[in-house]
Amino acid sequence: MTPQNLLTPLDAAVHPPRLFPDYTSTVLRAPTQPLVPIKQALRDFTRPVYGNFQLGEWDSDLTKNAVKNGDPLGERIVVHGVVMDEYGRPIPNTLVEIWQANAAGRYVHKVDQHAAPLDPNFLGAGRCITDAEGRYRFYTIKPGAYPWGNHPNAWRPNHIHFSLFGRNIASRLVTQMYFPGDPLLQYDPIYLGVPPLSRERLISTFDLNLTEPNFALGYRFDIVLRGWNETPFERL
Amino acid sequence: MSKLMQTPSQTVGPYFAYGLTPEQYRYDFNSWTTSDMISELGSRISGTSEIQNPNSEIAIWGRVLDGNGEPIPDAMVEFWLDDGEQQCLGRCGTGTDSQHRFWFRTTKPNAAAGNAPFLTVIVFMRGQLIHAFTRIYFEDEAERNAEDPVLQSVPAERRHTLLAKVADGAPDRRYCFDIHMQGENETVFFDL
Repeated sequence: MTPQNLLTPLDAAVHPPRLFPDYTSTVLRAPTQPLVPIKQALRDFTRPVYGNFQLGEWDSDLTKNAVKNGDPLGERIVVHGVVMDEYGRPIPNTLVEIWQANAAGRYVHKVDQHAAPLDPNFLGAGRCITDAEGRYRFYTIKPGAYPWGNHPNAWRPNHIHFSLFGRNIASRLVTQMYFPGDPLLQYDPIYLGVPPLSRERLISTFDLNLTEPNFALGYRFDIVLRGWNETPFERL
Repeated sequence: MSKLMQTPSQTVGPYFAYGLTPEQYRYDFNSWTTSDMISELGSRISGTSEIQNPNSEIAIWGRVLDGNGEPIPDAMVEFWLDDGEQQCLGRCGTGTDSQHRFWFRTTKPNAAAGNAPFLTVIVFMRGQLIHAFTRIYFEDEAERNAEDPVLQSVPAERRHTLLAKVADGAPDRRYCFDIHMQGENETVFFDL
């Protein structure tokens, strides 16, 4: 058996479907033909996909990495978690990228025309590399909700976008982290596109132990990527 | 040990550029990779932008088209080159070109015996709750394409959707590769 055959498959029961008409822009953008399975070996199953990129000093602190003349406005938070595979094994040394709206619900992106203020001291982008135990940590500002055009009076719940690679290009994941108790979740077709079984995976938990006294509220968001099965010998 | 549930995918959304492709979109944040994979490879190897074999340099241009055949202006495309000798991930958004094209400068990959050269491509966009994987093969590699087990596993009438076309007047240097999300020429997407 070749190692790549041991990569666990994408679990269709936990991921959203390609076509989800309540999220209207899937209608013209979702592939309609069945995916073609690739049985052939992926060449390498442990190589990180980035080279010798050096993180900047403040890349993981969004409250500092775009400061022009003061601190960004909003509720300071710390977001922490472990990146692991389906067997709970941590994935060290893997790149985690995030981006988000500011406290007022406005993205820096030029296409975003929501009439909420930009914050001159906040970009909303960050990245880090997991440590030997698979842990990551970001300091940031709690993102605001914002309206969008999917349906009348549509609002996105507060969220932070995440992009990860894991150990292989096949474990690539782009997702969104939500906040506990957000009343907008029940109306959000992007969140509701995920089967009920796995929705909670996307909601961070408030963590008083992670909360830094007089400084920042703590949220925990663990991320589970496709991993590798036990070797055939271990499975016997 | 019981298995943990995978974290579900969510859309990249329309506002990824200042986080994932900041230099291309001229945001004040450096990019860890760009669509100039020659430079990315060069800086890894020697700290310069020289590549080992300049004769293998190619450029690939393309668009991502929706079900109406309209070019999508807010897609992000990643190219993953891994030919056993070189590995590089390149990234490009479709929002900075007037025709909404992506553009990559890369090397033509090497190919193992019995395989054709290819690049893995990942496509992300608003309106996709989960990204899509495809591959680029090269139309001027007919002989090796005919042996490639993955390409040959694709129904014959759909294989053409995976072939980068040699651009007019630029043999072996510049290729075009449009990605059709839907329609008669819907690109083949893979389950990796």
